[in-house]
Amino acid sequence: MPDDVILETRKLTKEFHGFVAVNSVDLRIRRGAIHALIGPNGAGKTTVFNLLTRFLPATSGSVIYRGEDITRLRPAAVARKGLVRSFQISAVFPKLTVLENVRVALQRKLGTSFHFWRTQRTLAVLDGRALELLAAFDLDDYAHAITVELPYGRKRALELATTLALEPELMLLDEPTAGMGREDVGRVVALIQRISAGRTILMVEHNLSVVADLSDTITVLARGSVLAEGSYSEVSRNSAVLEAYIGAEQ
Amino acid sequence: MIAAGFNRAQWGYAVLVVVGLAAPFYVYPVFAMNVLCLALFASAFNLLLGYSGLLSFGHAAFLGAGGYVTLEVIRAWRLPIELAIIVGTVVAVLLGIIFGALAIRRSGIYFAMITLGFAQVVYFLVLQMPWTGGEDGLQGVSRGKLLGIVNLQGNLAMYYFVYAVFLAGFWIIHRTIHSPFGHVLRAIRENEPRAISLGYDVDRYKLLAFVISAGLSGLAGSMKALVVQSANLSDVHWHRSGAVVLMTLLGGMGTTLGPSVGALIVAALENYLASYGSWIAVITGGVFIACVLAFRRGIVGEIRALVKRSF
Repeated sequence: MPDDVILETRKLTKEFHGFVAVNSVDLRIRRGAIHALIGPNGAGKTTVFNLLTRFLPATSGSVIYRGEDITRLRPAAVARKGLVRSFQISAVFPKLTVLENVRVALQRKLGTSFHFWRTQRTLAVLDGRALELLAAFDLDDYAHAITVELPYGRKRALELATTLALEPELMLLDEPTAGMGREDVGRVVALIQRISAGRTILMVEHNLSVVADLSDTITVLARGSVLAEGSYSEVSRNSAVLEAYIGAEQ
Repeated sequence: MIAAGFNRAQWGYAVLVVVGLAAPFYVYPVFAMNVLCLALFASAFNLLLGYSGLLSFGHAAFLGAGGYVTLEVIRAWRLPIELAIIVGTVVAVLLGIIFGALAIRRSGIYFAMITLGFAQVVYFLVLQMPWTGGEDGLQGVSRGKLLGIVNLQGNLAMYYFVYAVFLAGFWIIHRTIHSPFGHVLRAIRENEPRAISLGYDVDRYKLLAFVISAGLSGLAGSMKALVVQSANLSDVHWHRSGAVVLMTLLGGMGTTLGPSVGALIVAALENYLASYGSWIAVITGGVFIACVLAFRRGIVGEIRALVKRSF
């Protein structure tokens, strides 16, 4: 695998009781790129995400991350290697404070996460870094609020801050702007642009203007297979892609 | 919070500690000791249900195993009481590792059913094995002397020993909840897939919580058996597993003091209504239904919510 490819799938396939959700997908994600995965509903985008992060076991095929086959690893182990995902529905810890949400992500590196005999005050060393991350997402004013009380857009921002706390090399964002108003979408696009410095992002996104603004490469999935790949202008002119989208809307 | 002194919660705990010290002079010590043992049992159970979101329906197995083993090693091996308690607790920990390793892979009703199944196996073993005395249980085991010095046959001395063990157990639970480990546990309870995606092997964290809970339940069982100087089938019966769920919900799951309050209420009902015979079950059942309908968060949970609202 060439050096500039961080993640590669080879004939990745997932069948659910005979139904082929993901069919022999070959993806190559370049290091440092923002790569978007688009396609009509039911194209298998989220399933691909679940296969990459091992939340679902693949039926066949393999996932190669930084030259290493991670197809059989446990999902938490995949995350520890620096391949961290977000979720379609906002994935926060609702009853923890905003600060604690980020701190839980930072905490693992301390290596004391099994220490039940230590006081939680030992976690205070992480507060500085946690506040820094919150500030970068304009969340520092909410640091001590209970997360469930945040507006939706802020929760998504908190989710990004939490993911970023792990300093992942490859971030998988599952519909980062889903369910957002236009203002929030603008803010998230700016955030993604900012955090993409020095890392690779693979995202599933429905909002095509977001995709057009952000992505270097776009892969179009339809019915579990790769339909087209290229830049936004290439993909948007592709007749098969147009057909798949219009076909899906009928 | 007052900077150089106690905050409100700490004052509350200080008052409770004093109440505990004075208790044997106002209520029958054996009753008070029973309450403490059940309170520790329920608090250990709450560590799992309230803070890890796992509903075990087999915790009687740990309580019973602790009790039976402790009495048996005193009777058969003449072990001193401290060692016997440790052996009883260790056996509960080992059982916890075995139960936990298999049950933790499932959640919700399946987890509850697997733990219930295991507890039924333990019940059957206790009924059939030669050393457990079958229907009669183990009886008339002497409490002996603590560290070879303090005679524990007197109820007052025994009370303070039980009280010290209860406080130690309670402190371990409190510390666990408020530790780095406890934080991860809360995160897992709140959103398990997210905790996985942050790189936590959630099953290992759940297993550790399960084992701590099992061990402390075993400790409570050891103490309880020493208090009444006997162990019998009711300690491993699934009624006991059900009762601890009831105590925890009644007092308030996920609250520090709730399970102890629940244990006190259930034990008091059983004690003071003893003359009504089998009607106790009906009355406790009625109280339970009324409580769950009227205050879903349990007694302590409701009080806490009330205090939060008014300050």
